[in-house]
Amino acid sequence: MSSGSIVSSTCARCRPVKPVSVAAYPRLRAVAFRVAQSIPVVIGVVVISFLLTRTLPGDPAAYFAGAAADEASIAEVRKALGLDKPLIQQFFIYVGDLMQGDLGQSISSGRPVATDLASRLPASLELTLTALILSCGIAIPLGILAATRPGSWVDHLCRVLVTAGVSLPTFFTGIVLIYVFYYLLGIAPSPLGRLDFIYLDPDRVTGFYLIDAALMGDWETWRGAAKQLILPAITLALFTLAPIARMTRAAMLTALSSDFIRTARAAGLSRGTILYGYAFRNALLPVVTTLGMVFSFTLGANVLVEKVFAWPGIGSYAVEALVVSDYAAVQGFVLAMALLFVALNLVIDLLYTAIDPRIGFSSK
Amino acid sequence: MTDTPLKTTPKATGGFDHLIYVLRANPVTLLAFGMFALIMLSAILGPALVPYDPLQTNAAKALHPPSWDHWFGTDNVGRDVFSRVIVATRLDLWISVAAVALSFVVGSVLGCIAGYWGGWPDIVLNRILDTIMAFPLFVLAMGIVAALGNTIENIIYATAIINVPFYARLVRAEVNIRRSAGFAQAAKLSGNSDVRVLAMHIFPNALPPMMVQVSLNLGWAILNAAGLSFIGLGVRPPTPEWGIMVAEGANFIVSGEWWMAVFPGLWLMMAVFTFNLLGDGLRDIVDPRKRT
Amino acid sequence: MLSVKDLAVSFQTRRGTVDAVRGISFDLAKGEILGIVGESGSGKSVTSYALMRILDAGGTIAAGEATYSGIDLRRAAERDMRDIRGREISMIFQNPRAALNPIRKVGHQIEDVLRRHARATRQDARAKAIAALRAVRINDAEARYDAYPFELSGGMCQRIVCAIALACDPRLLIADEPTTGLDITTQKAVMDLVRDLIRERGMSSILITHDLGLAAQYCDRIMVMKDGVIVEQGDPVQIFSAPQHPYSRKLVDATPRVGESIRSLLPPEDRKAELPHHVHDRPLVEVRNLTKTYRGSSGPVHAVKGISFSIKQGQSVGLVGESGCGKSTTSEILVRLMDATSGEILFDGHDIAGIPAQGFARNPRRAEIQMVFQDATDSLNPRHTARQTIADPLHRLGGLRGAKLATRVEELATLVGLPLPLLDRFPHQLSGGQKARVGIARAVALEPKFLILDEPTAALDVSIQAVVLNLLVDLRAKLGMTYLFVSHDLHVVRLLCDHVIVMKAGEIVEQGPAQDVMSNPQHDYTKTLLAAAPKPPARRQVA
Repeated sequence: MSSGSIVSSTCARCRPVKPVSVAAYPRLRAVAFRVAQSIPVVIGVVVISFLLTRTLPGDPAAYFAGAAADEASIAEVRKALGLDKPLIQQFFIYVGDLMQGDLGQSISSGRPVATDLASRLPASLELTLTALILSCGIAIPLGILAATRPGSWVDHLCRVLVTAGVSLPTFFTGIVLIYVFYYLLGIAPSPLGRLDFIYLDPDRVTGFYLIDAALMGDWETWRGAAKQLILPAITLALFTLAPIARMTRAAMLTALSSDFIRTARAAGLSRGTILYGYAFRNALLPVVTTLGMVFSFTLGANVLVEKVFAWPGIGSYAVEALVVSDYAAVQGFVLAMALLFVALNLVIDLLYTAIDPRIGFSSK
Repeated sequence: MTDTPLKTTPKATGGFDHLIYVLRANPVTLLAFGMFALIMLSAILGPALVPYDPLQTNAAKALHPPSWDHWFGTDNVGRDVFSRVIVATRLDLWISVAAVALSFVVGSVLGCIAGYWGGWPDIVLNRILDTIMAFPLFVLAMGIVAALGNTIENIIYATAIINVPFYARLVRAEVNIRRSAGFAQAAKLSGNSDVRVLAMHIFPNALPPMMVQVSLNLGWAILNAAGLSFIGLGVRPPTPEWGIMVAEGANFIVSGEWWMAVFPGLWLMMAVFTFNLLGDGLRDIVDPRKRT
Repeated sequence: MLSVKDLAVSFQTRRGTVDAVRGISFDLAKGEILGIVGESGSGKSVTSYALMRILDAGGTIAAGEATYSGIDLRRAAERDMRDIRGREISMIFQNPRAALNPIRKVGHQIEDVLRRHARATRQDARAKAIAALRAVRINDAEARYDAYPFELSGGMCQRIVCAIALACDPRLLIADEPTTGLDITTQKAVMDLVRDLIRERGMSSILITHDLGLAAQYCDRIMVMKDGVIVEQGDPVQIFSAPQHPYSRKLVDATPRVGESIRSLLPPEDRKAELPHHVHDRPLVEVRNLTKTYRGSSGPVHAVKGISFSIKQGQSVGLVGESGCGKSTTSEILVRLMDATSGEILFDGHDIAGIPAQGFARNPRRAEIQMVFQDATDSLNPRHTARQTIADPLHRLGGLRGAKLATRVEELATLVGLPLPLLDRFPHQLSGGQKARVGIARAVALEPKFLILDEPTAALDVSIQAVVLNLLVDLRAKLGMTYLFVSHDLHVVRLLCDHVIVMKAGEIVEQGPAQDVMSNPQHDYTKTLLAAAPKPPARRQVA
C-alpha cells in the first residue's frame, strides 16, 4: 500500500509508448536552451582565466619563464606567449591554444600542463565523488529524519552537525583525523598518496584505482586503495555534509507544510506515500539546486584535503606549482576546475529539468 | 485576531528590548554573543595581554607540550603557541571583516541597480555573476591571489570578489520582490523619486536578511583566508595567522606533536562557529519561519 | 451522522496555549449541507481540521467528543483515521492550485487515492481516475489525466481537488473556503458543481466560508462562529430575517445585497445620514483610446485594448471585471505609475499620458492624483510608523515641516478615525482595519482631486469592509473628491458609485449609470457577472 505512488508511476511509464505529445517539445527546447546557456559562461570563464594570466603584477613573461630565467629566455618566453602583441590578439592566440588543448608548459614538471592535469584528474575525481556519495548517503536521510521528527534527538543532532559542520576547516579536520587514526590508533595507513608503496598501481583504465583494481580482480590492491581513500574522503564528506543536510531538512519542512500535503493527508494517503511520493520528491528540487553550491565548496576544499593527505590530484599539483611560482600550471588548473564545474552544473540543471515538469513553460 | 491587544509603549519595544528578549529565549544565541565578545576582545587587546612575544624564538624550549608556562605548548622554534594564537585573531578578523565589508557595499549597489531597474544592467550583472560563480570559489581566489601577487591586501580582494555574487544576488532578489510592493508604489505617489524610494524605502527593508548573510559570510571568509594561507598564499611566516600555524603544525602531527596544529585550528573553528551561531541567531530574530 | 459535543481545540505556541475552538456542539444529518460562517480567526477552519485530525503541529483536541457514524473521531487510532479520510470523510480546500502536488500528474494523484482505499487495481486505476475526472464534469478527461496542476486554470484545479475528494465516494464532504481566490463566475461554477454532486450522491457536507451570502445560497443550515464559539445557528432565511445574536446581526448587515444603501451595511446605531456629493458636468478625467501592450515570453500581451471613458468632477466611477481583465493595469496607468503604450489621459483638460511615469513624482499634478492600494499590509512600509507613513506625502509634496506637519498628521488621523495613540505603531502592531485607515489617510493627505481605489477592501473581513466603505463615502463628501473604484464585486461597486464600467479581456463591454447597469444589464458578460454573485435572502424589515 505504501508503495502505491511508485507502482502507479512505473505502471504509467510501462504503458505502450504513445507518439511524443505536444508537451514534450517545450521541455526539449528547455534542455537545448540550458545547454546553450552554458556557452556564454564558458566564454566568460575563458576570458577571466585569460585576464588572470595577463594581470600578473610586473612582467608576466618573467613569471612564466620562472625564477631562474635570464634576460634572453624571458624575451623568448615573451615572444612565445605573444606578450608583445596587442591584448585582443593575445586573447585570440590564447583561445587558439586552448582549442588545441595547449595550456602552456609547466616549469616544475617540464611537461605540458594539460598532460599533467589529465594524468592527475582521476585521483581528484575519485576522492571528490567518493566524498559526495558518502555525504549524500548520510546527509539526505538525516535531513529527512530531522524534518519528520522536529524537536526529537535526531533533529537536535542534525542542527548541531549542521552548524558544527560548516565551521570545520577541512585542512584542520584532516589533520585531526590523521592524528587520531594514524598516530594514536594506528589503524589508518600513513597519509601519503593514493596507494602504499608495497602495492603496484592497477592498470590504468579509468584512472580510478578502486574501479581499475576491481576490473583486474586484484582485491588486495583494492583494499589498499580504499584504506588510503577513506580518511581524505571522510574529511571532505564532513565538510559537505552540513549544507546538504541543512537544505534537505529545510526543504522537507517546507514541503511537509505545503497545502498539497494537507490534501494528501485529507485523502487518507499512507504515511509512506505522503513522505516519499509527495514531500520528498518536491523537496528534492531545492536540494538538487544546492548541490551546485556544494560542488563549488567541495572542489575548493579538495585542494586543501589533497595537500593534507599528499593526494596526487590536480589540487596538490596546483599547490606545488604555487610554491615554485609555476603560473602556467596554476592558471591551467583554475581553468580546468572551472570547466569541470560548469559541466557539473549543467548535469545538475538537466537533472532538475528531469524532475520538475514545470521547466520549459512560461506559465506560473 | 483582527485587533492587536494594546501594548504599553510601542516605541520601547524597539531594537534593544527585542534583542534582550530574544537572547533570553535562546541561550545558544547568548553563548554566541559571549564568544563574539571574547573574540573581539582578543582582537583589540590581544597583543597587549599575551604573556610572550609571538615572534620571540627560543631554541631551548622548542616543541614543549602544553604546560603551566605555555598553555598551548611551544612550536618548533620555541615560540609560545598561545600568544601566537591570540595575536593572530586581529589579522584573521581584519581580513574577513574588510573583505565582507567590501563585498557588502559593492554587492548592495550592484544588486539594487539590477533589482530595481532591471533591463540591460540586470542582464550584464547576471552574466558577470554567473561567470564568477562558474568557478569553484576557493579555486578562483587561489587564481586571483596568484595573479595579483602574494599579499594580504590581495587575499582581501580575492575573498571580497568571491563573496560579491552572494550579496548582489540577495539584494537583487530582495529589491526585486519589493519593487512593485504597495509601499514602494505608495512612496512614489507621495512624491519620492526612484532613487529615494530605493534608498529610503526598499533597501532598509532588505537589510535584515543581509545582516544574516553578513554574519554567516564572516565565518566563511575566515575559513577562506585561513585556507589560502594554509596553502602558502597571502600571509608569510613568521607572521602569526591561524591557517599558516596549522600548516606549520601539520608537519609535526605524524610524529605526535599535536598541539602546534590543534590549538590554532580549534581557535579558528571556534571563531567560525561563533559567526555561524550568530548568523543562525540573527536569522531567528529576523525570520522565525526559516529556522533550521 | 456526525455529532460534535463541546469540541475544544488548542494550539501550543511560543507564546503559550491558544484556544482556537472553545467548546462547540452541533449535529449534521444525512444529506444535510451545513454552513459554518465566520471571519478570520473565528476557528471555523480549525474545527474542520480537528474533525479530520489533520491539525497542524502543536494543535490538539483539548476536550469534547466528535462521533461519526458511531466512530469516535477523537480517540480513533491514526491507522483507522487514515482509512476514514478520503473514504468516509473528504475535504476540499481553498487555493486549489497549491492544494495539488505540483510535480505529479493529476491523474496519478487521483489514482493514489483510489489505490490507497482499494477502489482500484493497477489495471483499472487509469480508467477509474478518468471516470472520476468525468464525474466532476471535466471535458476531455483523457487528456487532462496527463496534465500537471500548473497547466490548468484555478477553477479546473478545484475540480481536480473535488475529483480526488470524491473518488472513493465518501459520505461527508468538508469544503474549506473552496472558492476563495477564484473569480466570481468560476466561483459559481464550482459551487454549483459541488452542490449537484452532493445532492446526486446523497452526501452530507460542511461548507466553511467567510461569505454569509454564499452560505445562505447553498446551505440548509448555517452556524455563525466567532472567537471559537458558535454564536448562532439556524436556517439561512431565519438568520437573515431575524438574527438573534448581535454579532450575526452585524454580519448580516455588513453583507452587501440588492436594494440596500451603503449606510445599511453598518449596525443601525452607527447609521448617520449620508452626506450628499455633487457631480459636476465638467469632466475631470477623460481617457481616449488607451492601450497597454506587454512583451510576453510568447508574443505581445494586450492588457488594455483601446478603452475610452470619462469621469466627471465629483463623480464616483466603478471599474468592474474579473482578474486579468485589465482593470488594475488601467488604474496603474491613470495614477501614473505605469506608462501607456498609446492613448490620451486628459486630466483637467491637460494630457498627462505623455509625461513619463518615472518623472511624475516631481510633477505638480502628483498631489492631485492619489491611490488607495489593494492590500493595506503590503502598502505600508514595515519599518515606518503610521505617523511616518502619513507624513511622507505631506513632507515630500506638501512641504510641511515640524509642528505644522505633526498637527496635520493628527488632523488626518482624526479624519479617518484612527485613534491618535496608534500613530506611533508599526504596521504589524495594527489590525487590518486600522492599516486600511492609515493607507486612506496617506492617500487623502493632500486632498487630491482624483482618488483611485484599487479593491481597497478585498483583503478585509466583511464587517470591516462595511466600515471602510462608509468612511470612503464620508471622505468623498467632505473633501469633494472624484473616485475611480476598481473592484470585482458589482454589489460593492453599486453601493458607492454613480457610474459603472464593466471590463473584459482589456475592453469595455458595458458602461452606464450604476442603477441602470445593475437592474437592466445589456451585455451578456454583465448578466453573467450579476448572476454569479451570491444572492442572500431578503433582509428583515428595517425599522
